[in-house]
Amino acid sequence: MNRTRTLRTAAVAAALGVLSLSACSAAETGKSQEAAGGEKTVKLTVPSWVGAQANTAVASYILEEELGYKVKTQQMGEVLAWDALSKGDIDAIMEDWGHPKEEKQYVEDRKTVVKGGDLGVEGHIGWFVPKYFADKHPDVTDWKNLDKYAKEFATAESGGKGELLEGSPDYVTNDDAIIKNLGLNLKTNYAGSEAAQITAIQKNVKAKKPFLTYWWTPQWLNAQVDLVEVKLPEYKEGCDADPKKIACAYPNTPLQKFLNADFAKNGGEAAEFLKNFKWTTEQQNEVAKMIAGEKMSPEAAAEKWVKANEATWKQWLPKK
Amino acid sequence: MAAMTAAVTTPASDETPDKVPGTEKARDKAGRPATGRSFQDLMRHPVKGKLLVLAALAAVLVPLSAVVWGSGPWPGALSVDISGPLDDANTWVIDNRDSHPLFLYFLLHLSNTATDAVSGVYSVLDAMGWTGVFAAGVLFAWRAAGLGRGGVKVAATAFGAFAVCGLLGMWDATLLTIALMVVAVTCAALLGVLIGLAAGLSDRVDRLLRPVLDTMQVLPAFAYLLPFVLVFGTGTPAALFCTVIYAAPPMARLTTLGLRGADPAVLEAVTSLGASPWQRLRTARLPLARKQMLLGLNQTIMMALSMVVIAALVGAGGLGEEVYSALSTVDVGKALAAGIPIVLIAVWLDRTTAAAGDRIGRSTPGGGLLHGRSGWALAGGGVVAAVLLRFVAGTAWPEGWTFAISTPVNKAQVWITENLSSGIPVLGGTETWSEHFTLWVLNPMRDGLTALPWWAVLLLVAALAWLVGTWMTALTATLAMAAIGVLGVWTKSLDTLSQVLAALVVTLVLGVLAGIVCARAGRLERWLRPVLDAMQTMPQFVYLIPVVALFGVARVSAIVAAVVYALPAVVRITAQGLREVDPAALEASRSLGASTRQQLLRVQLPLARPALQLAVNQGVVLVLAVVVVGALVGGGALGYDVVKGLSRGEMGLGMTAGVAIVCLGLVLDRITQPARKRG
Repeated sequence: MNRTRTLRTAAVAAALGVLSLSACSAAETGKSQEAAGGEKTVKLTVPSWVGAQANTAVASYILEEELGYKVKTQQMGEVLAWDALSKGDIDAIMEDWGHPKEEKQYVEDRKTVVKGGDLGVEGHIGWFVPKYFADKHPDVTDWKNLDKYAKEFATAESGGKGELLEGSPDYVTNDDAIIKNLGLNLKTNYAGSEAAQITAIQKNVKAKKPFLTYWWTPQWLNAQVDLVEVKLPEYKEGCDADPKKIACAYPNTPLQKFLNADFAKNGGEAAEFLKNFKWTTEQQNEVAKMIAGEKMSPEAAAEKWVKANEATWKQWLPKK
Repeated sequence: MAAMTAAVTTPASDETPDKVPGTEKARDKAGRPATGRSFQDLMRHPVKGKLLVLAALAAVLVPLSAVVWGSGPWPGALSVDISGPLDDANTWVIDNRDSHPLFLYFLLHLSNTATDAVSGVYSVLDAMGWTGVFAAGVLFAWRAAGLGRGGVKVAATAFGAFAVCGLLGMWDATLLTIALMVVAVTCAALLGVLIGLAAGLSDRVDRLLRPVLDTMQVLPAFAYLLPFVLVFGTGTPAALFCTVIYAAPPMARLTTLGLRGADPAVLEAVTSLGASPWQRLRTARLPLARKQMLLGLNQTIMMALSMVVIAALVGAGGLGEEVYSALSTVDVGKALAAGIPIVLIAVWLDRTTAAAGDRIGRSTPGGGLLHGRSGWALAGGGVVAAVLLRFVAGTAWPEGWTFAISTPVNKAQVWITENLSSGIPVLGGTETWSEHFTLWVLNPMRDGLTALPWWAVLLLVAALAWLVGTWMTALTATLAMAAIGVLGVWTKSLDTLSQVLAALVVTLVLGVLAGIVCARAGRLERWLRPVLDAMQTMPQFVYLIPVVALFGVARVSAIVAAVVYALPAVVRITAQGLREVDPAALEASRSLGASTRQQLLRVQLPLARPALQLAVNQGVVLVLAVVVVGALVGGGALGYDVVKGLSRGEMGLGMTAGVAIVCLGLVLDRITQPARKRG
């Protein structure tokens, strides 16, 4: 009895030893692989929304097929991606909607991240109502008339006030301040994730119910659902300086690319290509719609787009 | 036995969420002694006394504090903002992590080792080829269940699990997840055993560590994901360490339990034979604790698997990433295709470890080709043969052998949600229910709680905790509630509290009813088992979309998610408790002419009270665990802050809300925890 146990202990110890040994040797091979292929690997982040997935997919496809790089993609949250970009865990963010805090910290202070230029796509955030509702009540598209329809937007969650549906905490929103400062009879309801918000919108549209939502373009859902923007007081430079006093619309955001500083300097053709990468909102939507609407894999959608639009992407390739 | 009772039925998460039926055996065996007697004592005299003392205290303190700080929500003068220092720490880490020796010589090494270990395991699995992994999984299950005919069922489960993973086109993602799990579970188990040894051998360490373990389990992973990411970067290390933290407590707790529960007579005998403490530990205490430890391992595996999707949020990849990316295109079918393998891995490992646990202590007829070392050799030989097969079959899962379930699942989902959400005659539909529940239950509860003056809430907590426990219980609960106020998240916490209470009530009503039915119809339970397993291990992210489609972006959706997650444990604990009621008592009541209903209400339920109390307690822990996930479908309040803290990189915000959730857990635990110090 005792001997079997000793034997078994020995066996376990041996197994552990082998495991740790194998871990060591695996570690070395892992590193050497990375060192060998280091110059030829590009690491990109895949954000959670489809438009940005389209950028990453098309960029990856061209990097791999045309420039002979190996692309590693990694999914993560936006702020986490900034941090990873600073550390060099990823080489580039292909679509950024504006992170002033991170930009100051990493681009200006620490200089570990550099700007990669415009993506060419312009982002816009606003309040939207469905078209079928706006057609029936054309005056709803002015914020001054929103209170008139507050009852129609009300749900059990908003308690008598009109509900303004909000999205993921990832996204910039000033809506609580705007509602307060404009004195509107509305209440925000935070969906907590983009998936939940989209599901709620689709559900309301199917039932032809009136609703008011925080929304943005470009977004793949806009191809399936007609939404009309509600005009908020016009955006003027600096009207959003104090977050508590905001009472104006959101600015148009030219979406930006950001590169890791070392990569921008030593990334060779890949870095140059990513800096040149620039397309229009329509082009991005085309790919995004294939991914989200037709449920194609991002790779397949990118392949289809690249094959059809050679003239566009040829200009992004580094000049030889 | 007394020590065991204390250990098992104590703090909230002391007993790990019940993932497997096997757990109840240990729990119930231990949980029974504290029965009726103590409750009777409690009800008779001390109640009045306690209330009197509390009333006297209140009469002095309340007017005083009400005058000084007012009677609204928590007074601002008494709150401290901890988010400033936390955000500073955040910045410090970012500025120093490339240069400070702490990072260069310690943390970075940890990080690299973690990455290497996971990718090492993955390359081994990959090199084995699909045939090799497949055979290894099945034969390992078979061997652990004792080969022969007994193990065939377990082996068949493993076979089915792997086959489905492959058929769903998730083979590679599954391997990556298994690799992460192998490393995470190994680390968690080692850490757990070490903590368990320390706590099992020393009372003081036990007392010190218990709150730490509680916090490890109740603090939402979302809250501590961010600091880990800052220190270790995105990717495997952060995901791995978070999983280890979450999964280690059950191993630690059950190891402690096993060590403390050892038969004193045996220990006495070993000591009298002149064994040194070390020998005693090695030859008697550890072997006697083996069964508990295996149960701990089982629980650790289940907990680790429940972190798969959260790990993907920081870039761990694998099945979690598949689930997560399916969400961005609102593709339920794809999410389900990635969720099913997670459930199946859980079922495979659960059945295997449970079968191995059942075999401990059972004498195996010695010798034979299928036992002992020759059994392992046989299994090993099979694996080697299968690995060699890869040269014929290829390393990757054959491409033609996959089946896309995405489109049919999506169609079914749309059809179901459309037809259930409204327009059902008489019943109305889920949307109407959701509305009514919000208007008539949730809103009054939330408004009622927030309308109470802060001192009244504290008083209420103190009174409830004191009624079920000692003055220590009351003090802890009150302090925890006060801490929430001090953190400055009083109103949000009460909002969350109202949701948690509502979810708890729904869970208990449904769970106890289902438990009663299960206890009476054994076949039904066997049939329900896979359903309950799936409910518990399916990542909640998979069913978020259908839940929103049915109930809208509302607190009700959050509550539904919580109920789905917490229900299985309550059903199982209740059923187990009822089934283990002394058959003699049932027989006696029957012969006295009791009807089935009378028997149930007068005999079975009262006798199963310890189990029911445990069910309540487990319900609290599990419901709280889903608060953060609930925020993703409209739960708002604390959960939303935690998610926001992570996604916007505001450590102060996320951590404050996370700590408040832990405090809420503490309060609820204390007021649902029957006195344990007696006897």
